[in-house]
Amino acid sequence: MKALTVQKTSLTGNYAVAYAAKMARPHVIAAYPITPQTSIVEKLAEFVEKGELNARFINVESEFAAMSVVYGAAMAGARAFTATSSHGLLYMYEAAWWTALSRAPVVMAVVTRTIGPPWNIHVEHNDILTLRDAGWIIAMAETVQETFDLTVQAFRIAESAALPTAVGVDGFVLSHSTEPVEIPPQEVVDKYLPPRRPDVPMLFRPGEPVTFGNLPSDNKIHARHKVATVYEAQQEAKRIINQADEEYGRLTGRRYGGLVEWYRASDAKHIVVCAGAWCSDAKHAVDSLKARGVPVGLMRVRFVRPFPREEVAKLDQFETVVVYDRDITPVGGILGLEVKAVLTRARVVNVIAGIAGVDFDNRHFYETIQNAIDGGHRDLVFVV
Amino acid sequence: MSFRIDQLPKKKYVVPGNAACAGCGMMIGLKILGMALGEEAVLTIPASCAAVVQGLAPKSGVAMPILNVPFASAAAVATGIAEAYRMLGVKGHVVVWAGDGGTADIGFGTVSGAAERNSNIIYIMYDNEAYMNTGIQRSSSTPRAAWTATTPMGKREKKKDVALLMAMHGVPYVATASIAYPQDFYRKLKRASEMEGFKFIHLHTPCPPGWRHDPAKTVEIAKLAVETGAWILWEYENGQLKLNPPSTIYADKTRRKPLKEYLKLQGRFAHLTDDDVKMLEEEIEAKWQTVLALAKALPQRP
Amino acid sequence: MLPLSRPAPASAGVTGTWRTYKPVANLQRCIDCGLCWLYCPESVIDWEKGHKIQIDYMYCKGCGICADVCPVKAIDMMPEEGI
Repeated sequence: MKALTVQKTSLTGNYAVAYAAKMARPHVIAAYPITPQTSIVEKLAEFVEKGELNARFINVESEFAAMSVVYGAAMAGARAFTATSSHGLLYMYEAAWWTALSRAPVVMAVVTRTIGPPWNIHVEHNDILTLRDAGWIIAMAETVQETFDLTVQAFRIAESAALPTAVGVDGFVLSHSTEPVEIPPQEVVDKYLPPRRPDVPMLFRPGEPVTFGNLPSDNKIHARHKVATVYEAQQEAKRIINQADEEYGRLTGRRYGGLVEWYRASDAKHIVVCAGAWCSDAKHAVDSLKARGVPVGLMRVRFVRPFPREEVAKLDQFETVVVYDRDITPVGGILGLEVKAVLTRARVVNVIAGIAGVDFDNRHFYETIQNAIDGGHRDLVFVV
Repeated sequence: MSFRIDQLPKKKYVVPGNAACAGCGMMIGLKILGMALGEEAVLTIPASCAAVVQGLAPKSGVAMPILNVPFASAAAVATGIAEAYRMLGVKGHVVVWAGDGGTADIGFGTVSGAAERNSNIIYIMYDNEAYMNTGIQRSSSTPRAAWTATTPMGKREKKKDVALLMAMHGVPYVATASIAYPQDFYRKLKRASEMEGFKFIHLHTPCPPGWRHDPAKTVEIAKLAVETGAWILWEYENGQLKLNPPSTIYADKTRRKPLKEYLKLQGRFAHLTDDDVKMLEEEIEAKWQTVLALAKALPQRP
Repeated sequence: MLPLSRPAPASAGVTGTWRTYKPVANLQRCIDCGLCWLYCPESVIDWEKGHKIQIDYMYCKGCGICADVCPVKAIDMMPEEGI
């Protein structure tokens, strides 16, 4: 049932985040400017100052303060939002880990940007992926529409799972690209997002002397808490994410498929795996290859965390799995490593490309996919 | 507003059997905080002695709601809680209870930020003059010449005056206090709780293992700090700074007890020569001059 | 969801075992001023105006502050037995 008063407009990725965050009715927003995230924060400040958004907008003195402020707000039972990129994320890193193990349902947009030195403001995924071990839920948007939708969904997912949730919006290529967007009416968003329960993750009020975080008498308490939070809650989040996607689809007409999106894969022999905005370029390449008779499809990873193990395991049915990483580590690409860890039969080719903001478009995808399928590539390929 | 001791709440906000050292000055301060604001406040406590004295979970040695937070974050977390409470209509005070390390050093950015924003919190820096929790390493709040594990020959730098720095932010309320003057501290807590905006109290809390003193003398030493002029009790409210008794007496340097009486009870000053003591006394006098000049210079309100 | 703590005595164990000296109050001398109650950092002194004090030796750490602040020296720090 699609609502009748949908607003059709065009927005940049950043503005889509801002509008979605506004409609989610957060109580507290705290963020520090950093390119390419700044227009999110500026837009939200404008909404608050104009009286369009009834929230507390805190101009903090650093990203560490930004995460600390939204953490405090969330622990006090409020809906809280922040945004950052790259070095800003690194600066709040301690607070980000603390937030996850406290199960504070903070929502954060990460406009992905290269980590330096040297200074570089362009897209790369290493920044948001640094959260992957901490217990955050991590989503990666492909389009401006999905950016909007994921941001709204993030509040529901975070509060149901009681885990902080990050939405990745690729720097400049998505954050500053203008695309058509359908904005659901406020009533639909209000219906979709349940009211913020003040006791998630704990009720913190004057006069009720409860304490969180003092040293444990038995480290097993802590260990069990870690297993429950870092592993088990993530598994539970899979169900929550799928449900969130389905319900959103019912209310707006847009369903994305849950943790992953399959693209033209049903009759494919080879599969491309990627995450983020460049998947549009990859899909374009898949279309071209298919038109020339190459049996290739694509699996887009929408949620890096929780790790979509069950969906990734299905990739073993393909001959070749070409995994694209817009990130780099001493052991190869992060997505490539994680996919390879699950598979036992398929040949996995990990392509590291587009790092440091280097352009990588559908022609580059076309070429590298073709080479990988032809057996021309080794396991780990750098396109630099 | 002064109190009669027998009218203070008997509820034990510091719970017996906690992990504090015998004779801990900070615990006396926590007791007073509990008595003043115990039922109306929540605490954010960063890494510090205060984080550890709570004892071992699932028990807590402090009977107030506490959120333990990362070392440098307390002022920012408190801001978030205060803003959430404002949006959610929750009544109460958000209090930071942090040490000198977490305030003057690693936490200074967040403290300054909260002050500049005039965030609605009460920030109490309990000052045991070093990183005591980790084993007595120097902080910027360690006094000059004091022994610590990282300044074994005595600290070369002088003590950073955090309270004056906070006053220079132009916030509604800043005060110094001492656990030897619980009435004064209690009054300041109550005063701060009546105001909106950023309030800062710098509390002097002697530390037996860190200062190398007999744990029985915690209160005596805190008192001597004031009586020798080494610690000045003052209050800054709405742009106006004034001394508080008994520091009003010690503005006159001839009325101050000899600094030696304060220093000789503490092993951390045992290596000082007479020249060192004289230098410290001169420094104390210079600080007095600054405080008195500020009391005169800052705009008077009717 | 979260491992939470609640106020309880003995969060660091039976801290009375820490002390080597224990405070012994001479209630005849005591003037019921309440200063020892106010300054005890462990909250182990109970005081009721008109009824003087009682010390909880289970948790008293033997710091000696009570003896030090008492204006009439009504508290003596006595060595624990076996020291």
